Order: sequence, then C-alpha cells, then structure tokens
Amino acid sequence: MVASVDAPEKMVGKAIKRREDPRLITGAGQFIDDLRMPGMLHIGLVRSPLAHAKIKSIDLSPALSMPGVVAAFTGEDFLDLNPLPAAWQAGGVTNHAVTPRVLAVNEVHLAGDPVAVVIAEDQYLARDAAEAVIVEYEELPVVVDAKKAAEAGAPQLHEEAPNNIVLEWSCGKDAEVVDKALADADVTAGLHIINQRLIPTPMEPRGSVARYDPGTGDYTLWITSQAPHVMRLLIAAFVLGIPEQKIRTISPDIGGGFGAKIFCYYDMPLTMAISKKLDGRPIKFFEDRVENYVSTTHGRDHISDVEVGATNDGKITALKVKTWANIGAYFSTIAAGIPTTLYGRMIAGCYKIPNIRVDVTATYTNTAMVDAYRGAGRPEAAYLIERVCDAVAAATGIDPAEVRRQNFIQPEDFPYDTGIGMLPYDSGDYERALDKALDLAGYTDLRAEQKRRIEAGEQKLLGIGLSSYVEVCGVAPSKWIGLGGEGWGAGLWESANIRVQLTGKTVVTTGSLPHGQGHETTFAQLVSDKLGIPYDDIQIKHSDSLGTPFGFGSYGSRSLTVGGTAIYKTTDKVIDKVKKLGAHMLEASEADVEFEHGKVFVKGSPDAAKSIQEIAAAAHVAYDLPEGMEPFLDETTYYDPPNCTFPFGTHVCVVEIDNDSGEVDIVKYLAVDDVGNVINPLIVGGQLHGGIAQGLAQALYEGAYYDDDGQLLTGSLSDYAIPKASQVPWYDLDSTVTPSPVNPMGAKGAGEAGTIASTPAVGNAVVDAVKHLGVNNIQMPMTPERIWTAINEAR
Amino acid sequence: MSATVAQNVVPVDITVNGVEHHAEVEPRQLLVHFLRETLGLTGTHVGCDTSSCGACTIHLDGKAVKSCTVLTAQADGASITTIEGMATDGQLHPVQEGFWEEHGLQCGYCTPGMIMAASAFLETNPDPTEDEIRHALEGNLCRCTGYQNIVKAIQYAAKKG
Ligand code: FES
Ligand code: FES
Repeated sequence: MVASVDAPEKMVGKAIKRREDPRLITGAGQFIDDLRMPGMLHIGLVRSPLAHAKIKSIDLSPALSMPGVVAAFTGEDFLDLNPLPAAWQAGGVTNHAVTPRVLAVNEVHLAGDPVAVVIAEDQYLARDAAEAVIVEYEELPVVVDAKKAAEAGAPQLHEEAPNNIVLEWSCGKDAEVVDKALADADVTAGLHIINQRLIPTPMEPRGSVARYDPGTGDYTLWITSQAPHVMRLLIAAFVLGIPEQKIRTISPDIGGGFGAKIFCYYDMPLTMAISKKLDGRPIKFFEDRVENYVSTTHGRDHISDVEVGATNDGKITALKVKTWANIGAYFSTIAAGIPTTLYGRMIAGCYKIPNIRVDVTATYTNTAMVDAYRGAGRPEAAYLIERVCDAVAAATGIDPAEVRRQNFIQPEDFPYDTGIGMLPYDSGDYERALDKALDLAGYTDLRAEQKRRIEAGEQKLLGIGLSSYVEVCGVAPSKWIGLGGEGWGAGLWESANIRVQLTGKTVVTTGSLPHGQGHETTFAQLVSDKLGIPYDDIQIKHSDSLGTPFGFGSYGSRSLTVGGTAIYKTTDKVIDKVKKLGAHMLEASEADVEFEHGKVFVKGSPDAAKSIQEIAAAAHVAYDLPEGMEPFLDETTYYDPPNCTFPFGTHVCVVEIDNDSGEVDIVKYLAVDDVGNVINPLIVGGQLHGGIAQGLAQALYEGAYYDDDGQLLTGSLSDYAIPKASQVPWYDLDSTVTPSPVNPMGAKGAGEAGTIASTPAVGNAVVDAVKHLGVNNIQMPMTPERIWTAINEAR
Repeated sequence: MSATVAQNVVPVDITVNGVEHHAEVEPRQLLVHFLRETLGLTGTHVGCDTSSCGACTIHLDGKAVKSCTVLTAQADGASITTIEGMATDGQLHPVQEGFWEEHGLQCGYCTPGMIMAASAFLETNPDPTEDEIRHALEGNLCRCTGYQNIVKAIQYAAKKG
C-alpha cells in the first residue's frame, strides 16, 4: 500500500444541496426591502410621464405641505453630483457618452425619467406626495427606433451626440474584401433580424438604502448590486468625488440580477446625498415593478441586415452584418461594450469564416437604457450566426446539421483566432457535442417524421431546431479588455482571501458574489478539497466592501472561472505556508514533506502527520515559527485571467406547430453543453435550466414595446410575458467535458450558456417547421399570430 | 403606519402563524405590508404591482392567496400562515424540504410564494401529474429556475405525503 493519509470524501464534482437554501426556504433571507433601521425614511420619485420634454417648472409645495413629508428636492438641488459614469466605452472609436444625472435637469429623455424626489415617513405617503408634485413640461418630438434615430430629421436627444449616434464601430475585414467574397460565392442569402428588446425582470426589483454618518462623514450604502466594490469606486471617484474609503457598499441577498443589477443607477448616489442632507437619517428607495420596467435597464434591441455567402457544399465564405443597436435615452454604465466587443467579436460562432465584416451603429432613443442582459451581446451574435447557418442550409439544400459540421473549428485548431478581434477560443470539440445531441435527440428519425407529416398533409408540423453555440465567459484579461484595448475603464481581475483561524475554522472572502448562483456552496466545495478542511468548517463571506478584498463582481459567467481561480490560487499559498510550518513542527526539511488531504507528513511516514488545524493553531499562537515567518494562516490573491473561457455545445429543440392556428408546442428540448469541469452539477444544471427558459422566452414570448410617443406598452408584469411554468418544456440535459486550459480547475462557466443557446434553437425550430411552405424567416417573439401570418403569406 | 400620518384607522384581529395580533391599520393598507411592516415578517415578498408574480402568496384560512391583493382590514378575524410559520418544531414542511433537495430555488425571491402556493395545492391534490403542477403554479413566476426543479420539488413533497 502506498503510504498516504486517508482520503476524505471528495466535494468537487458532487451535487450537494446548497447551504444558502435553509434561510431562503424559511423566509429568513435578508433582501434589501427587508432592512429595518430606526429613523428610516422612504423616497418617492416624481417621474416624467412624457418621453421627451423640457421641464418648465416644478412645484414641490403641495408635497411639502403634506404631514409626514420630510423634504423634497429637484435635480437643481443635486448639481454638485456629477452625472453617472460611463465605465465601458467602446475601444478605438469615439463614444458620445451622455449619462444620466441622479434627477433629470432641464430636459427629460424617457417616460419615467425621475425629475424630483419626495422624502416621507412611510412608503405609502412618499408615493402620495410624489403624485402631488406639479411639473410643467413642454413636449418635444420622440424617437424610439434605433435605426430611425440615426436618420436625417429624427428628433435629437442630446447636443453632444449628433444624429443620436453614440458610436460607430466595426470589426473584421474591409467591406470591399467581404463584398468581393460575397460576389464570388456560389450561393448567397440575406436575413433581416430584429433581436427585440427584452426586460431582464429579476423577481426582486432594484433598491438602495443609504445612511450617512455625520460624525465621520462616511456613508454606508446597501444596494441590490452584482458589483458592490465597483459601485463604491464609481460613486466615490466619479459621482461624489470623495475617497473610496468614505463609502461602504453592501449587497444583501439579491433576488436575481441577470445583468440589470450590474450598473450604477441614479438611486445609489441620490439616497446617499439625501441622507447627508437630512443629517444621516437612513434613506430607502425600492422600485415597484412599474418603475423597474420603465427605468431599470433593458436588454438586446438590435436591428440587423445580414448577407452570407457560401459554396455549394455549404462552406460559409463571407458574412457581412450591419447592426443598429438601441442604447436608450442615456448611456448606461457598460452599454457600449455589449454591441461591440461581446457581440461583433463573437459573430463567427463555432465556425471558420474567412471573410467577416460587422458594422455597428449605436443610437440614443427615447426609451429605457439598454445594457447587459444575461448573455449580453453573445445571445444576439449566436442568434444571428445560427439563423445564418439555417439560411445557408436552405440556400444550398444541405441539412442544417451538415452545414454546421462543414464549418466547425476543429479540435486541433485551438487556441483559435477568429480574426475579428476576439481573444483566441481556448478549447473545444464542437462536433462531438453536435453528434451527441443529434444522437440523443434521434435526429434522423425526427427528420423522417417531419417529412412524413408534410407528405401526409398533417395539421401538426414538426420543426427541428439546432443551435451550436460558443460564448465568451470568464471576463477578462485586464490588458485586453482595458482602456488601451476594448475600452473597459478598469481591470477585470478578481480577488480572494483565506484565513484558517486558530480553531481551524476557515473563512474565505471573495470579491465575487452571488445573486442566486450558490457561491457559498460551490466555493466551499473547492476549498474543502484543496485544503482538506471539512466542508462544514468553511464559510464563504462576500458582498461587503468592508470585509472583502476589492473585486469586480458577478457577471459574464466569471464567478468560478475568475473568482474561483483566485480562491484556488489562494489555497496554493496557504498550502505553501502550511508545508513550511508543518515541516518545522516535524523537524523535517520542507523538501521532505508532503501535503495531502489536510495533513503534512514526512514522505513515507503519514502516521506522524500534522493536521492543517494543528498547523493553523501554531501559526496563530506564533510561539514557535520558522525564522522570518509571519503569524497566522492568512493569504490573499488578486487574479487576472490570461484568457477568457469559451463554453460551447449544441441544443436541439423540437416543436410542433399547428398550421391552422400557428400555435407552437415544444415537444422536446435537449441540451448538450460543455462548460468544462464542473464543481457542483446540481447548481450547473439549475443555471442551464434557467438560462434555457430565458432564451426560449425571447424566441416565443417576450418583447418590450414602446408606442410612437415613447410610452412603454409592456410596462408591467401583466403585459410583459415572462414565461410561466406551463409555458416551458422539460429540459433534457447532457454534456461533453472539454476542460479549459485557462484555469487550473478546467472550468468554463455556465451562467449564460443556456440563454445564448436556446433562443436560436427554438427560433430555428419554428422556421424549420414551415420552411417547406417557403417561409425563411419569422421575427421574434414567434407568436402564434406571427407564425400564422408567415404561413399564410407564404401560401 | 407611523403616528404622524395616522388618519382614520380600523381595528383588526388577525392570527398569524398561531399568534394573535390586534392592530389599528389604515383602511387602504395591503395585507402584505401588514405582515412585512407591522409584524416584521419579511419572508413574504413583493415582486409586482399587478398581482401577477405570486411572491407574496400566503395561506389565509388555509387557502393560498396573494397578500398584495387583500386589504389588512379584509383579513380581520382570519388565520394566516406565512413562510415563517411553515416549519414546525424545527422540522421543514415537506414542500420546503423538496425545494432544498431538488434545487428548486436560486435567488430565493419567488420561493416563499412558491412554497405557499405549492403546499396549498398539494392539500387539494396530493398526487398531481407534472401538468397539474405546472398549471397550479399559473400565478407564481420564477425568473431563475426555468421551473423544472420546482416541479421536481413539488413531486418530492407529494411523494413524501
Ligand atoms: S406581489 Fe406580485 S402578486 Fe403579490
Ligand atoms: S429562484 Fe429566483 S425568482 Fe425563483
């Protein structure tokens, strides 16, 4: 027998139940709306009913005269606060970034723009009082469509942005080169794609609670934020102009984010400034759903014209894309990065395409700001390229699966540079995932059944949709993403600290944080295996800028690949010190000892081991440390990833469509995902489920619409169609595993994959069901009415 | 509601999780705010203003209702159970247990309402099909889970009886 210590149960790879859950299933979670503080006041916002108007006058007096109203302010009262920061401006091009102030001054640019604030003793009263404020407006013309906004004669939103243009950006080869490749192609196809506006809709709206300490001049700000450290930095440095350490930000339990809770919003500095004006009384803002819909960020909203060229055997030779991206009324925190770096540079998908050109024009309109929403740019890219594959299949008569196979980047090609400015894809085996998905779905039989139904003239048509996707996760190497490169105005590393305390109980603090993903569980599994400390002795602390090292937060599927790697690397540092001190305690030389399963022992003599707990105690009491060693097992890492990671897979969606009514029924949904190595399959499965539901909802149900006056028509949960339990199918999940070489865990990230993959799978399935009728495209959401219309127009 | 804004108030007697409460409330106060603000039972959540999301679901005299659609005054004399009253003697309710076992929650914001809706449903239909479960959740929205593990959680509880 090899001499070693007994291996405890391995935690990594185990589907253990989440340690977050007991508090959440008993009502003991602490969300922002649950905070209670003595003297807390509530704010009610006066919002513009008009989408574009000059503010002529604001009369606060009717509100101020109401009993229980403490104060009221307009935008003029906060001119000492700078406009919110534009933290990600697209790299290499001019950005006309116009960001909002905490309250609009002089002019409003969207229906729902806050113009005044009332502070009252309770929430009912704050709202009543806000309604009593009298505002006079002078109406201005409105534009809501991204493309129309750039046309001559369109209403102008901001002087600083002529023709409403935020930025014009491109990637890939010169247009002439791609035009020539298109002209030389055997076949070409064109697509007009509207990637409609979506509303992220975390079930918990957003909020802020601020408390100013008049004694110290410090602020504490509780926020529903996916990035509390970044908010602290942005608000301190750019909005208030005070040192970072004057602000402590805390994200309590967060009821979902999906991107919408990444950004710096007006209410954060507003509640802080009001608390200061009111001598430190805590100030609370919590959106209702209608406010959430009109004034928290939306997602997607692209209009694209696409031309593709291919050979007769289905090889794609040229792809030309022109996209108008709607940015909304103002520039949200990282708005510019979404339709550029995260969209344009991912347009090649899983395919080797020699000639690509993407042009993006981003415009201001009188609508809610658009920024990252789950997937952020990558769903738009994946939908486009996957619809393109099916268009090539239709143009060449080749099966859609074969078109994909023809064009895949091959396993030996990695690291693979698509030539359009994305980092090299790390690893992949796209064909293996496709083959597995086709096999599990019974693809050949499905095609036969589809044909049979068409030939028999059956009313229920079968549609089979494929989506072979790749996405970029684990954002990102700072040098690449930063100001000199892609324009992100900071780094994008992550941090971790591990302290093994005197008792052996271990606390891990991380700059990453969850909003439903189960970090407290996953990270503890990781640390337990690495350090050999029992899982129950490890606690993960997060979300408080005072108690955690600076981190960039949770988005871009980066928590495990970047935040987890920071933790992993910290465990290595802990192990180093444990070995040194353990060797000292064993009176051996460091070179002669091993660390295994939480024990240090002289090679070959595991029976005389020192446990990490004993060593932690020795480090803490510091009675007898090796020369020069600092007390305490306490290590920190700031980890900047060398590359992003690129999860991939193939999803297959099978739909039945009633050709009389256009009703769609998803009869099968199969996902083969490759997210690299998995720490907790239960959690990864959940991420995929939720992601798939959100993506398929874009294909079939959701869409945010404004009328020509800029009124949001889908302004409540009864008008905006987030799916119900009865509207989504059973998801069959399977996987392949291609470890990422980028991080030591081989993980790729799983938070957004489902959303990115499922929209095209479902969209392709619907079009596939009716393509024999001559339908080659249907815009999303593919409602029964739209499908019925497409069928009837084709007939 | 604070004293500074006290207008006409109505007296109510409501039993919540087995404890009797007497209070004077504004006639327009929603039950969800009575539970959250007056009693401090913040496990009942608010996710919308159109009675669409079900995050506020509680049991009122044994039936699942959305507490944002009921006035406190209407609940006078009623007996209410909230998520905080579901576990008894430290023992999770089978539906709570199901949510934990089957990863039926992610952010947990919809979860109290889901658990309240599902547990009332299982009282009326102890052995439901998947389809019946999905339709029973018609009034409860979850943005995180895609519902599959919620369905499994309820199946788990049904099996446990
Ligand atoms: S809060 Fe949404 S239904 Fe009650
Ligand atoms: S678990 Fe987040 S909304 Fe259901």
